[in-house]
Amino acid sequence: MSDRFLVATRKGLFTVQRGDRRLSPWSIVAEAFLGDNVSMVLPDPRDGSIWAALDHGHFGVKLHVSRDRGATWAEGSAPAFPPKPEGHEEVEPAGQRPIPWTVLRIWSLEAGGDDDPDGLWCGTLPGGLFRSNDRGASWQLVRSLWDHPKRKEWFGGGAEFPGIHSISVEPGNSRRVTIGVSCGGVWVTEDHGGTWTCRADGMRAEYMPPERQFDPFIQDPHRVVQCPGDPKSFWAAHHNGVFRSVDGAGSWQEVTAQPSSFGFAVAVHPKKADTAWLVPAESDQRRIPFEGRVVVSRTRDGGKSFTVLSRGLPQQHAYDITYRHALDIDSTGDHLALGSTTGNLWVTVDQGDTWQTVADHLPPVYAVRWVSG
Amino acid sequence: MKEMPTVSFTPNIQRHVRCPPAGVEGDTVRQALDAVFQSNPRARAYVLDEQGAVRRHMVVFVDGRQVLDRQHLSDPVPRDGEIYVAQALSGG
Repeated sequence: MSDRFLVATRKGLFTVQRGDRRLSPWSIVAEAFLGDNVSMVLPDPRDGSIWAALDHGHFGVKLHVSRDRGATWAEGSAPAFPPKPEGHEEVEPAGQRPIPWTVLRIWSLEAGGDDDPDGLWCGTLPGGLFRSNDRGASWQLVRSLWDHPKRKEWFGGGAEFPGIHSISVEPGNSRRVTIGVSCGGVWVTEDHGGTWTCRADGMRAEYMPPERQFDPFIQDPHRVVQCPGDPKSFWAAHHNGVFRSVDGAGSWQEVTAQPSSFGFAVAVHPKKADTAWLVPAESDQRRIPFEGRVVVSRTRDGGKSFTVLSRGLPQQHAYDITYRHALDIDSTGDHLALGSTTGNLWVTVDQGDTWQTVADHLPPVYAVRWVSG
Repeated sequence: MKEMPTVSFTPNIQRHVRCPPAGVEGDTVRQALDAVFQSNPRARAYVLDEQGAVRRHMVVFVDGRQVLDRQHLSDPVPRDGEIYVAQALSGG
């Protein structure tokens, strides 16, 4: 059970710790990078290192690491594209803007598995996947994916350029890695990044012309998560709804959630693949909580039914949206942390039945992540 | 005293990486900045992207004039030129 999690926000990184006080047992115990845009954080369960991705805007994207649980930080090597070949031109299909060979944002960071002790993965805008074989001392662009002809068809969703927001390393078999792309579907490698296959069959994009609605390459999963205890099971919060797979992303089935199927974040129980949580918004067209009430939607039967959870969450005139990385579950499956665009932060210790407010004046929350152990 | 171009940086960058003013050799902006970054390699990625171009929201001035070649930094620098690396006003 974890009693500590990290919160990456628009203006800093915060550490939340469970305390002894009964009435207010969770509180912010540390902050770092105040004023800076922290786009992603990774507590590496293998050695306790914490990685923080910063987006300085003017000064570019940086990666910092702490080896002492966040007490001190040092800037490390950041993923960077190799030199762009002379004369190479490529445009993002939707906006026809030239694709820069420059890391614009670190959007996902994951540790390799126990059988890949020095490996790290990093997903970025404009769509480059990077790999470190030496715990972040150096990074290399995964050329097998970047040079894939279908990668060049990826397009931006909410952003100008496409991005890799989800990376799932299969427990026990780190050669199998699944990534989610906005927009470009779900991609799987079985050979540690040597080759890649798009695995978005069954996903549906209602916003596309009819003949392309089931085209796997244009799907817009907002977030893809894998059940660690049942690695063939995936859940995806998609622009068009909720999808799940029980065959290792080989096929996807659409699920109808309550009170809506539109949202960005999804979490799956670490052992029970049928149990998942969503944070629904009203719709693509109106990105606010349904009826101004913040709720979390939980299924325990694989999406056949949902329980709408609201105890402890604001139920009137609340306009919080939860970004795709701002919902996380701990390794027991009992604790979840939830952050919002309007700086609210909640935690539950009973799978969402009741929520406690940790903070309500934080900067917009980009990501929450439990620290194991 | 021998004249040489000087390179100064916006105070805002100093919070992240120390960039004291420097006198360097160089006939172009590229040569002058390369000389600075040779002794301060961490600063390079704060000013230039990985393709060597000026970052999108950064600007470089030579004697008060914004450089035109943001990609190759080929703008000439006089012997006593003053290069100033600044932030573009963006983001409010």
